[in-house]
Amino acid sequence: MFRYRRSLHLLAMIATTTVVAACPKKPVPAPAPVPAINQDSINRERARQDSIARAEQMRRDSAARAQADADRTTQQREAALAQARSSLTASILFEYDSDVLSDAARGSLDSKVAILGANVGVHLRIAGHTDERGSDEYNLALGQRRAAAAKRYLTDHGVDGSRIDIISYGEERPAAPGHDEGAWSQNRRDEFEITAGGDQIKAARP
Amino acid sequence: MIGTSSRRLVLTAVCAMSLPAHGIAAQDTTSRGIRLGLTYEPGTKPGVVILPVRGDAGGGGGGGSSDSIRAILQRDLDYSDRVAVIGGEGTSTSEPARSATGMLDYPLWKALGAAAIVQATLTPGSLHLALHDVTAQQVARIKDFPLAATAGSAEWRQLVHGISDEIEAWITGARGIARSRVLYVRDGRVYVIDSDGAGDRPLSEGGGAMSPAWHPNGRTFAYSAFGERGTQILIRDLGSRQSRVVPGTTRGLNITPEFSPDGSTLLYAHGEEAGTDLMATDGAGSTGGRRITVSRGTDNVSPSFSQDGRRIAFTSGRSGHPEIYTADVDGSNAELLTAFNYGEQSYRSNPAWSPDGRLIAFQSQLGGRFQIMTISLRDRSVKQLSSDGVNEDPAWAPDGRHLVFTSSRSGVKQLVVLDIETGRTRQLTHSPGSRLAAWSHRFADSSP
Repeated sequence: MFRYRRSLHLLAMIATTTVVAACPKKPVPAPAPVPAINQDSINRERARQDSIARAEQMRRDSAARAQADADRTTQQREAALAQARSSLTASILFEYDSDVLSDAARGSLDSKVAILGANVGVHLRIAGHTDERGSDEYNLALGQRRAAAAKRYLTDHGVDGSRIDIISYGEERPAAPGHDEGAWSQNRRDEFEITAGGDQIKAARP
Repeated sequence: MIGTSSRRLVLTAVCAMSLPAHGIAAQDTTSRGIRLGLTYEPGTKPGVVILPVRGDAGGGGGGGSSDSIRAILQRDLDYSDRVAVIGGEGTSTSEPARSATGMLDYPLWKALGAAAIVQATLTPGSLHLALHDVTAQQVARIKDFPLAATAGSAEWRQLVHGISDEIEAWITGARGIARSRVLYVRDGRVYVIDSDGAGDRPLSEGGGAMSPAWHPNGRTFAYSAFGERGTQILIRDLGSRQSRVVPGTTRGLNITPEFSPDGSTLLYAHGEEAGTDLMATDGAGSTGGRRITVSRGTDNVSPSFSQDGRRIAFTSGRSGHPEIYTADVDGSNAELLTAFNYGEQSYRSNPAWSPDGRLIAFQSQLGGRFQIMTISLRDRSVKQLSSDGVNEDPAWAPDGRHLVFTSSRSGVKQLVVLDIETGRTRQLTHSPGSRLAAWSHRFADSSP
């Protein structure tokens, strides 16, 4: 309301000036009295406008800062979530014809234990896989043992067993297509899939 | 490789004198087709001549559905590896060997190495067949075989295969295996193929199928398939084309089904979180199984019954790596069968008990590759039957003489049939990725 009235006032002033300037230049017997312009009021008005603009700018800056902060927090949260998710679903690898957990596998499982501890709604499915070298049929059992070994480690470290399903695909679904140790070592693995509670995952408590 | 390569007598000279040139190419081929040559191994394989079938307009060479009756009979007898088929498709073996009176010229056929001559006439709905004994110079057998099915159809081919098998029984005393089929896996589906490589077709729909096993009735089979929560055992009826899940196999790992020879028992391997054990249920798979092995965290899979149904062979990792064990069907009295120093790698699996009970075929890793071996149950002697490529998952034909297994010798996985007596092989499938074969029993007349 206030701003509206002020605008009207300004418009009136401009209109008056324009009207005056547009007057035909006839000989004027006597100089018409120039409308008195109060310089003080102009200055006051200007100052007032400047102050309003400054406040506006400050308000905008502050909002942008808040938004940036919020974005940064979201990014951090998303990064942490992605980090947690990637830790949780990182594969672990095995030696030939073995279901023994390596130190690296235990380290990976420890990270999963921490994240599962901070996210009690999260459920996992562990899929055991093998390389192509063994018997097609025996490899299904070997993959099952690999998945069971990871599940046992998690439950031994406090994760409720009902949150973890296991399945074996044997050598039927290789991750790497080759026929050498480079491929085989990638294919002797457990894969971890989040089957529930994956949308609101939190990083592990430090 | 096994088999003694006995000295072969090539009757080229005799042929040159008595047959037109195009019919005498001496050739010993192990590829698809007929052993054209007059090559035989004296004392081991009787020579058999199949005369052109009178009244059979079909065929005229080649393969597939255009096969003539004669072509199928010749191929079946050739694949039996028990007889030497003399004269191939397209040869006019009947003409020069007939005397002016129309009688068979027995002395000439005898000179060509023939012990038996099959003379057949197609009549509406049946095949009239006479088997000549060349040495005795007389007809040894006469029989009318029903052959009412549409020529070239799957049913018709089975009927012709049945005739081949009976001819083989007449000549050698052992019935042939032409009228049988092989289940196998390709692209995650169970397929079936006739013993001669015809009629290849899928039987199961979904993906992830493995380890098909015939029920002895030849009308149903069991297999495993991936599900959401594990791997299940399914039993499928060939007639209704319906599969049903065996109760108790809906969770965890359930693999390698196998029916007992009398069909009363179904064994399979079941694993959850503490190893994989063999389970037994009834032959209809109507209830959940009871455990028969004690794995203590190891894997026990791939059972195979002895023909009397009293013993089983299976793969077990109980000693730390896979080996073949035998046990009573209730799992008791288990003993290590493959206690043998095979070299650097210790991995033996997938036993298949031979129908005559004498041998167990299995796969053993040699130099990083699986090869097919047999072990004698009498003296534990071991024979290596393959060396080319990777060779896995042996299954016996019902004659106890042929094995089908997965081989990469062609560069991709195919099923290969091996005659363990001669070492002769032939490729059964012609689609890459074929594996995990199971050979049926001989189908009876009422069977498909």
